[in-house]
Amino acid sequence: MRVGVVTFPGSLDDRDAARAVRVAGGEAVALWHGDADLRGVDAVVLPGGFSYGDYLRCGAIARFAPVMERVVDAARGGLPVLGICNGFQILCESHLLPGALIRNDHRKFVCRDQPLRVESAATAWTSGYAAGQEIVIPLKNGEGGYVADQRTLDELEGEGRVVVRYLGDNPNGSYRDIAGVANARGNVVGLMPHPEHAVEALTGPGTDGLGFFTSVLEGLVRA
Amino acid sequence: MARVVVDVMLKPEILDPQGKAVQGAFSRLGFDGVASVRQGKRFEIELDGEATPEAVAEIERAAATLLANPVIEDFTVHVEAGV
Repeated sequence: MRVGVVTFPGSLDDRDAARAVRVAGGEAVALWHGDADLRGVDAVVLPGGFSYGDYLRCGAIARFAPVMERVVDAARGGLPVLGICNGFQILCESHLLPGALIRNDHRKFVCRDQPLRVESAATAWTSGYAAGQEIVIPLKNGEGGYVADQRTLDELEGEGRVVVRYLGDNPNGSYRDIAGVANARGNVVGLMPHPEHAVEALTGPGTDGLGFFTSVLEGLVRA
Repeated sequence: MARVVVDVMLKPEILDPQGKAVQGAFSRLGFDGVASVRQGKRFEIELDGEATPEAVAEIERAAATLLANPVIEDFTVHVEAGV
């Protein structure tokens, strides 16, 4: 199973994301922002970082990269796409996911191991977890406050599209403690915390993040 | 040549931490009588030609597509006189 990882100018976590794919048992395929080509991959990860220097708005310019046109089309056709941190911001800017990410309410960059509750195991990227399962993975962002209008938030809750929620203190002012959401079909997931940094005990708080990558690979095998 | 200005502001219901920080500095520096501060973005766009209705409509399209995120921001477009 081949999982593409896109590198934008300013991406930071593309290597860790590719490594997480390999640790989970998949083949990581490097995708370049300037190529309108997905190289036949079975899924795509948009990694964290500061694409285009976060100029204008986080993810606003990356959204128009040539590779993103293909990602958006393929996602609408059902391709599993995971956006982590800056990747989540790009997915929101692309309107593949509702809402937006704004500056943390306390105005400071936050970097810590973050407890989360997996609210939905009904997505391509969380099927390997149990709904209600509590996990700890790193969180590191300056603009991670998830916002959307009340109607959208109610819709997300009602349709079970809140994928992960912050436990304990809300780290960034996200409405309803939302850490990640999915599209209606469940193939597109975005979250601010970093599962790719928690796939090996040596370098992370544990291996709680690995499930995102094994979930999609197992889903692809079953398909 | 004409100049079109696009002003982008966070919607009133969206928290503006930068504006809040500026407001905090106001009171620390003794600038009194300020109830709130909100920070936005201003884009000055020089056109190749005149600000025809078509040219301004094109900038409005760019503002809605790129310069502002309509999920969290409002924008206004106006032609600046006398440039």
